Order: sequence, then structure tokens, then C-alpha cells
Amino acid sequence: MTKVEALKQRLARIWSLIVGLKVTGTFFVSPQITVHYPRQTVRNMETFHGPVELVPRPDDPAKPRCIVCMQCVSACPSKCLSVVPKPQPRASAEGQEAHPKPAEAKGDKAAKKPAAKEPLKFMYDFTLCSLCGTCVETCPVGSLRFSHDAYLAGPDKAAFVYDLLARLAGQAAAGCGRAEDKGSARVDDRGAKGGV
Amino acid sequence: MRFDWSFWLAALHEIPEEFVRIVAALVALCVFIPANALVLVYLERKVAGHVQRRPGPFEVGPHGILQTVADALKLVGKQLFRPYGADRVLFWLAAILAFAPVFVLFLPIPFGPVLTTLDVNLGLLLILAFAGVNVLSICLAGWSANNKWSLIGAARGVAQCVAYEIPLLLALLAVAFMKGSLNLSQIVQGQGNWPWQWNVVTQPIAFLVYFVCAVAETNRSPFDLPEAESELTAGFHTEYSGMGFGMFFLSEYANMIVVCAVAVSVFLGGWKGPLLPGSWWFLGKVYGLLLVIMWFRWTYPRVRFDQLLNLNWKWLMPLSIANLVLTAFVMKVV
Repeated sequence: MTKVEALKQRLARIWSLIVGLKVTGTFFVSPQITVHYPRQTVRNMETFHGPVELVPRPDDPAKPRCIVCMQCVSACPSKCLSVVPKPQPRASAEGQEAHPKPAEAKGDKAAKKPAAKEPLKFMYDFTLCSLCGTCVETCPVGSLRFSHDAYLAGPDKAAFVYDLLARLAGQAAAGCGRAEDKGSARVDDRGAKGGV
Repeated sequence: MRFDWSFWLAALHEIPEEFVRIVAALVALCVFIPANALVLVYLERKVAGHVQRRPGPFEVGPHGILQTVADALKLVGKQLFRPYGADRVLFWLAAILAFAPVFVLFLPIPFGPVLTTLDVNLGLLLILAFAGVNVLSICLAGWSANNKWSLIGAARGVAQCVAYEIPLLLALLAVAFMKGSLNLSQIVQGQGNWPWQWNVVTQPIAFLVYFVCAVAETNRSPFDLPEAESELTAGFHTEYSGMGFGMFFLSEYANMIVVCAVAVSVFLGGWKGPLLPGSWWFLGKVYGLLLVIMWFRWTYPRVRFDQLLNLNWKWLMPLSIANLVLTAFVMKVV
């Protein structure tokens, strides 16, 4: 490198010091990037993955789409979900006589439509959850999704064991559902949003 | 027997005026230095926050103004302990020596037209001499802690401080040549009210060299190797807790104020300025320079130790010597 080039390089390096000062000086007078909680809150939370919640049925917002297949319970790597199905009423003898199976009378194979199962209890231990989303992906009916709850605080661990059915009922009563909840009436349709 | 007022009044008149001045100044400094340290620590954190586009301290008091008070209370409340094997006397002596010269350093500084405690002909020399005690305290702190990283941190700190004192002195000497005095008040008197009448116009290189050396002397970024080591491995003050560390901390901010005050007095017109009384201008300029030092801290990455010493021996020393020779030549020939 010639002397002139070396000098130019040195001057460029000294100039970079001034440029650095200009950069930080501009930052000093620019508005802050920090969202200063609790005085300010983040406004666009649609992409936020908060604790998991149940998705309501389009026809009955207080009920979840859940069919108690237990796939989420077995798929969860942290074992934080526990689901108890509602006990099904046993078919009475009267009912069987009043409605003979017409297909069998014809001799065809009976196409039994199983009674839809509903969850009686759906407990979610957020203290174990790692927000991996396996339960959300695994659910065949799209009954689980990430909520947008970012501002969580509680005094003890018990505050973070959620009763998801109670939460859903509360959301239905308050009318705070999402726009995509009013979708197809079919139970096994994962909705227009096509999963999470 | 009635109290003999006349005897005691006569005795009071016998006390030398300089003694009364110094005592009064020391009392005022006992308020000024900690109050300034409080404000400066808060300002540092706020400036750091805003440069990084975040709020800085906000919760303790409105906008966090009581944060430093809380920090000071925390430091005072911590246990003072000496690690096993550390030198009994030197360990605490280092902490005390860090803060001891600070009061002396403030005495020759002209805060205003009459607000100079020691209007002596060797004011600048007094400041430079007592600034060397800080180097000794770093050395003792690193040695007495019985910790190999403290020792290495202290050795680097001492090398840095000793190296950067030379261009500092030479830069100030150039101005002393021009003004013919080491008396800070006289140097200030030789400047005018307006920026084009200040010494920085006739000695810009000396000002730049002095400022870089001042930042290095006070162990501030980008020359904060002795402090940064505590983030990486350890630093000279790592074994100190509570008020022991507080002494080093306070002395760093007090030294910052001293070097800025000297820069303002020698290069930036001291207390001279239009309209407002002198001491307001002085404090305003000192705080301006302190904000620039803080700006440097949050802009530049830390220099490596070899880069640090290269900068000094290969660039600042020749520059300051050349500046001195040129000044002498211009003074004598022109």
C-alpha cells in the first residue's frame, strides 16, 4: 500500500469515529423502542404464542371442539394436559326396542355413528408447558390454539394451572371470541384458518 | 467570670485567611462531590438508556431520580470483608487512597471569578501530582487482593495511567507556554467570553490530545480495561464489596469531574461567558464535557491493551511533543 493510500485509510478510520458519534447521537434523540409496560402495552399480538386455550364450536361458543381423542395428552412432551371425558349415557333397553336397527333388519352391515364425546374436565398446567405447539398441531379437530395472553403474573404456581373449560365458558359469556371462530359447523373442520 | 469576647475575636483574626478558605472549601466540597456523583451516576444510566433507545432507571422515584440514592444505601449496607490472604493494611489503604486525593484536586480549580480556593502559581502541577496517587491506589488494590486476576488488571491499569499521563502533561504544557503560567485562574483570565477567544482555537491539537488522555486516565470507555476486566475475568477492585467498591466508584466520578474542570479551565474559557454569572458557565461547560465522555462510552468499543499503548506511544506522544515544539517555536520566533 502506498503512503497516500495508507494516509487515506487512516483518515477514513478517524472519520469513522465521528460517524459513530453521529449514530449514537441520533439514537439519543430518537423515540424509544422499548414498550414501557405497564404504561404502554404491545398492540399487535396476533402472532404471539401465549398459553394454550380451547377453540369454541361455531354453533355453541361455550363448548370446545374437543372430541376427547386424548392425542394432545399423549403428544405433549411435558405432560401438562389432562382431559377427562363426560360419561356417556348407556343405551336403555327401551330405546333399543323402540328403534330397531333397520340396516341389520335388512341384513346390511350397520354403520354405527358413535356418540360424540365431550370433555368434562380439561386441565392445563402452564408451569410445565414449553409452548412447543405439539398439542396444537396434533389436535385433529383444531380444538387447541395459542392464546395472546402476554401479561401474566401470579403469586404462586397454583395460579398457573388453568381450567380451560372454565376459561372458554368465561370467554363465551364475555363475548370475546376471534373472528375465525364463526366458521363451518362441522366438528372435524379445522376452520378457515387451517390450523395455527 | 464573663466570657472574654475580645480575646477570642482577636484570636480569630490571627487565623490565616488561606486556612479559613481551605476549610470552607473542603466543607463545600463534602457536599459538592457526593451530590455530583449522585447526579452523574443517574445521568450516566439515563444517557446509556436513551442512547440504547430504552428508558433507563424509571421506577425508583419519578423517572428514577432516586435510583442512585437507593444504590448508595445498598453499597453502604453491604458487609465489608477482606478475603483470606489479602494484605491487612494495604487492602483498606488502597480504597482510602482512591478517594483521598480527590479533595486536594478540587482546590486549585476556578469555579468562578472569586471561587478559587487555592490561587497558587502551581495549581496545574498540584492537580497533576495528586492525580498520580490514584495510580498508586490501583496498584495497591490489585496487589493486596491476593488474586492473580486483580494483579493483572491492576498492572494493566497502572501501565495505562502512567503511559497516558505524559501526553496529558505535554498538552497542558503547551498552553502553559503560551500563557506563561501554571496558575489556572490566570489561564482562565487570559481567555475571553466567546468561543473564538478560548484557548481551544489556538491549541486544538492540545485539546484533543488532552481529552483523549483524560478519558484514559479516568479509566473510562473506550479505555476501561481495568474496569472491564471485571466483566471478563476480574479487575483490580473485584475483591471489594460495599463501601470499599463505593470508594473506587466515587473516586472515578470525582476524577472525571476534575479532568473536565481542568479541560474547561485551560481550553474552553473556564468560567468566562456572556450574560450569566461565571460559575453557571463553568458548571455548564463541565457538564457538557461530562456528557461527551458518556457519549464516548456508549459509542466506542473497548480498545485492546496493545492498541491502547500503541495509541499512546506512537500517536499521542509524538503529536503532543510536536505540538509543544511548534508552540515554543511560534512563541519565540513569531
